[in-house]
Amino acid sequence: MRKTIDNIMEIIIFVCGMLSVVFVVLIFAFLFKESFTFLKDFGIVRFIIGHFWYPTSEPPSFGIFSLIMGSVLVTTGACLIAVPIGVMTALFISEIAPKGVKDVLKSLVELMAAIPSVVIGFVGMVTIVPIVKNIFNLPTGLTAFSGAMMLAFMAIPTIVTISEDAISSVPWQYKEGALALGATKWQTIRRIVLKAAMPGIIAAIMLGIGRVIGETMAVMMITGNAAHIPHSIFEPVRTMTATIAAEMGETVREGMHYKSLFAIGFVLFVITFMVNFLADLFLGKNKNL
Amino acid sequence: MRKLTIFLVFVSVFGTISILFAFFPACTKIQNNTRYVESIQIRGSDTIVNLIQAWSENFVKQYPNCNISVTGGGSGTGFASLINKTCDITMSSRKIEKKEKLLADIKGIKPVEFKIGIDGLAVLVNKNNPVSKLTLEQLRDIFMAKITNWKEVGGENKKIVVLSRESNSGTHMFFKERVLRNNDKNSNNEFSMHSLMMSSSQAIYDEVYQNSNALGYVGMGFINNGVKAISVAINNKDGYGYPNLENVMNGKYPISRPLYLYTNGEPYGVVEMFIKYALSDEGQNIVLNTDFAPIKKLKKE
Repeated sequence: MRKTIDNIMEIIIFVCGMLSVVFVVLIFAFLFKESFTFLKDFGIVRFIIGHFWYPTSEPPSFGIFSLIMGSVLVTTGACLIAVPIGVMTALFISEIAPKGVKDVLKSLVELMAAIPSVVIGFVGMVTIVPIVKNIFNLPTGLTAFSGAMMLAFMAIPTIVTISEDAISSVPWQYKEGALALGATKWQTIRRIVLKAAMPGIIAAIMLGIGRVIGETMAVMMITGNAAHIPHSIFEPVRTMTATIAAEMGETVREGMHYKSLFAIGFVLFVITFMVNFLADLFLGKNKNL
Repeated sequence: MRKLTIFLVFVSVFGTISILFAFFPACTKIQNNTRYVESIQIRGSDTIVNLIQAWSENFVKQYPNCNISVTGGGSGTGFASLINKTCDITMSSRKIEKKEKLLADIKGIKPVEFKIGIDGLAVLVNKNNPVSKLTLEQLRDIFMAKITNWKEVGGENKKIVVLSRESNSGTHMFFKERVLRNNDKNSNNEFSMHSLMMSSSQAIYDEVYQNSNALGYVGMGFINNGVKAISVAINNKDGYGYPNLENVMNGKYPISRPLYLYTNGEPYGVVEMFIKYALSDEGQNIVLNTDFAPIKKLKKE
């Protein structure tokens, strides 16, 4: 009897484990199926480097270059803000802060991760947007910069929690060794702790980027959604995710517009896949050292 | 041991049910048909959501055993769900397009049209903006980014921030056809790439309210003391019309459009009752109360 239960449980666990693989493959297959005919008919090059996104005109024009640029700009901006703050916070929590501060800070950061993105978007719309407009004297505050700021806010918890784990799992012997050799605290942190925790920190940053590039609601509310190629971070942009979310409701199934949105999803999927792949490559290299 | 058995039974029952649902879409279809009897799904234009909501509240008071759900999303969304059979009535601020009609034909849907009221589109600017009137041509140039500074139309030396609705909105379509293309079917004029696409009329209102450089268009119902509505003229010689009920009804305000409901085939049952209610004197009075123009002259109450 015990043996049977054992076997049954093993099968159940195996099935659950395989489910995630099956889901990823199915999602990929579905995206590919929906977008393949569109990419073939419209032309993948025209799709990616086209400057004009007018999906409902006659004849429609599906060029997503400006949308890709929008996503890239917002994501880069968010990373530039979130990575230094996130990594420093993680360092502070695990290396410098006294026990009491550390516990409070840690749970507060985790609480930050629980804020829904609509709430962040809404708060950003009524606070950050007017502030950005006034400080930089812009025609409108609905810009890539405001979006990047709010997204950084969402990526920080991810970056902090995971890099904090990596930093605190650096063996204490390393640190004590360095301190014993006369290194200052900053030297120890920079040369020993950061270096040893680097793979974990990079993984944290990559996960943060993943969160930012896929974020939809907050971006849609804050970035202004103008489908032009931005020349600076202080201009409105339209991201790929916001385009899919804003337009999916209107499209008729199997229509050209519907498929083009799936094709955007496909491009987005390929981009995140590449980001993860690069992160893996980097991590693998680091482990061999 | 007992817990495990219960768990396994639960898993297998749940699994069977989900498999049944997955493999027999017919089950859900039956549900769809019964839905027509007492509950109505209405989707479509954000512009008239409030009007339809008011109708359904009063309608449900008269027929308490029916159930109406109203969702916005834009006229395009409404037609898409009519074609995908996920709603019973589409509320729309534009006529159905050829493309949509074609797709409906393919899927065996026969859209039937009912005109229910008239709406004026107001062009809003911030209260502190000195500009208070524009011609259609100036508006066209602004939305196509040929005019980019307020001083070109008599305002301050500031960049114009152009706000537009997303392309799924009937308001977007109508504004494009009436203002940008001047009702010319062959014109290819488009909103400039630099215009900000806002996801709702409320979002346009909010941005205009807080940004003195902004200009956007919304349904007339959104006009209130927080913002300023622009008077519009067809050209310099004609008088400028302020977007109010009177000017819309006598045609002095140029940017107005009819509002529609669409059903799949001739309506019957509750859907028919609802549409009759909408076109009744009582229904048309509600049109008036929600800041739209009724389609017929009403007796004074």
